[in-house]
Amino acid sequence: MKKTPKERKLQITRRSALAGIGAVAGAGAAASAAPGFVRYAQAASSEPIRLGMQLHRTGIGASYGRWYDRVTTAAAKLINEDGGINGRPLEIVIEDDGTDPKRGAEVVEKFATQHKVDATFGTLFSHVVIGSSPRAGELKMPYIVVSEGHHVASGRLNRYVLQPGITDVKSQVSSMAPWVASNLGKKVTMIYPDFAFGHDHRDYFSAAIAAQGGEVLELIPIPPTESSFTRYFPRIPSATDVLYHVMVGPGVLTFVKELGQHFGSNRPEIFGFIDSLEAVDLATPQLEFLEGTHFWEGNPRYAQANQSAHDKFYRESVGVDDNGASVNDAKDVSTYSHMFGCWETLFVIKQAMELSGYGDGSAADKQAFIEAMESLESFDEGRDHPQGAKIFNGKIHQAFGHQNISRVENGRLNVVHRTSIEDGMYEPEADYTQMSF
Amino acid sequence: MDFGPFLFLATLEGLVQAAVLCLTALGLSLVFGVMRVVNVAHGEFYMLGAVIAWWVTSIVGIHPAVGFAAALAIAPLAVGAIAFAGERLILKRLDYNPEATIVATIGMLYVIQQMALLFFGPDPRPVEAPFYFRIQFPWFGYSGYKLIVVAAAIAILLIAWFVIAKTRIGLVMRATQFDGDTAQAFGIPVNRVYASVFAVGAMFAAVAAVLIVPIRQAHYLMGLDPLLLSFIVVILGGLGSIRGTIVAAILIGLSDGIISVFFSPTLAKMASTLLVALVLVFRPQGLFGREEL
Repeated sequence: MKKTPKERKLQITRRSALAGIGAVAGAGAAASAAPGFVRYAQAASSEPIRLGMQLHRTGIGASYGRWYDRVTTAAAKLINEDGGINGRPLEIVIEDDGTDPKRGAEVVEKFATQHKVDATFGTLFSHVVIGSSPRAGELKMPYIVVSEGHHVASGRLNRYVLQPGITDVKSQVSSMAPWVASNLGKKVTMIYPDFAFGHDHRDYFSAAIAAQGGEVLELIPIPPTESSFTRYFPRIPSATDVLYHVMVGPGVLTFVKELGQHFGSNRPEIFGFIDSLEAVDLATPQLEFLEGTHFWEGNPRYAQANQSAHDKFYRESVGVDDNGASVNDAKDVSTYSHMFGCWETLFVIKQAMELSGYGDGSAADKQAFIEAMESLESFDEGRDHPQGAKIFNGKIHQAFGHQNISRVENGRLNVVHRTSIEDGMYEPEADYTQMSF
Repeated sequence: MDFGPFLFLATLEGLVQAAVLCLTALGLSLVFGVMRVVNVAHGEFYMLGAVIAWWVTSIVGIHPAVGFAAALAIAPLAVGAIAFAGERLILKRLDYNPEATIVATIGMLYVIQQMALLFFGPDPRPVEAPFYFRIQFPWFGYSGYKLIVVAAAIAILLIAWFVIAKTRIGLVMRATQFDGDTAQAFGIPVNRVYASVFAVGAMFAAVAAVLIVPIRQAHYLMGLDPLLLSFIVVILGGLGSIRGTIVAAILIGLSDGIISVFFSPTLAKMASTLLVALVLVFRPQGLFGREEL
């Protein structure tokens, strides 16, 4: 006979319930006696510094997220081996934002109210940064992004948002436009993703190439979730000297392949942002047409002949081989041009926290931490900054650094030009330090 | 580019789109026609087809063509088996109640999508085309494989038409669609027909995905677009009408391709959505649907 739910419920007697409660209580007591729990009884000053990492673990930014995670883990390990931040261990708390702005704001909130972290960092995609920043400002939570977009430096965000570990698009494109105009051509057609990040490319590269006496013949925006690209290519005018492309998301390989199918060997000069091929193996079939084309690289994927000792050390720490792939899997190609930003950002956070004498995480501590970061002026090339030296402008919360232009030669990217930091400097458009906290 | 070649490229792109859409929408239409189940998880069967194709080709690493052939055989069967299990475990137990099955298939959508995320990961993964050649027209180049996709889709559609219209299996399916109760009275195992139709519907989506995956990549979120387009096609063609589905798929595929090339893909989506709205207002049964369903 089947028992009704009511009958089943009645089988829990007082005695069995007491036994159950006793077992749970016993387990709890045993756990609290375990060594792991001892440190919480100690003074607040030895408690870990907790950083919330807003990670694109899933969604269209997942390839970046995987590597941002690995780089951050490697850098945090190094910081802890060196004694942590102000003698306190560094702990990274990860939350996935699904590369979604709405989820991003929720994650920031979760970090502030649930995890009670000291600062958040690590966001890349510009729509997530723009979607999350207002919430970070409201919660008075430092939000240190690794995003490249010009939105930080433009002054449209708030006092709590800083970008000390990676350069912004405006700086990148204005530093490279002179080289593009004098080496590749002056009539440019641009293909870019149709959201904030792509709009930065559109606006600042157009202005920069015009300053070189060049012109943009056609602007071709592509929705970031697009999966088929051939239908956009007929809009490329035949008078185009240089095709400028930057693409993101899961469709990047399709984009580049279809570009090759469309042009074959009869192509204009092509200048792309490596974003179009981040996490994609250059040796993939059908990418042969890229031979002789040029790419922007934030940090050269292939170890160059003049590789610095710092780059070598950074590669080894993260687990990247000389071809920019994982040492464990040659097909697992890194997002080498962007992920160094996490490494460098962590060391800047450490520097600013130590400078401000960061305490127990009060609002005053967080403000002092931001003021300390704003007071930084430059970072020397070294273990903490393997991509190269940087100048930091505390007023616009933005770092400036070197850019690389690489050429595809025999299936690998060789750097042919490295800009100076000054090439990418521009007049500040804002002053966050005048904003209230 | 001049108008002529421009239109030619747009038509080629539209044909590829239409070919894939025909197959996916046919699966959706079949399931609705026979079972009266609105399968919201249909796009996920498409995604599973692509993901399994990647998995098969990465194991069978002799030559891309061998791997692809294996994927073309294994992926639809595997997806069919999963759909069959889903039908037996979930839809059957809901007694094919229209409201309940919508909610249940929404649930299946998330379960399948998250399982793919869990086991396959969040990254897009490429599948190599079985062969690659580039056709150089005087004005632009085009992937030969894409044209093969169109041809393969036509062949599969012809086989599907033959099975549905000319064989005993098709007769049983049509009888069940026409009147399930009477069919049962005549000894047709309606229950088993339902399960097979659900599996076959999913297999159509999987075949479409295997054909397209060398052009795009396998990704756990790839199911959404084909789902929306398939719904548009099925509503436009008339729910449950196979002929209407195919005509509507060609119409939507071509107009999507052509409007996308000449204007913008966003406008193309707007146009097809508007078309659906107009059809729903002026001809609710769809272009080829019967008056009463």
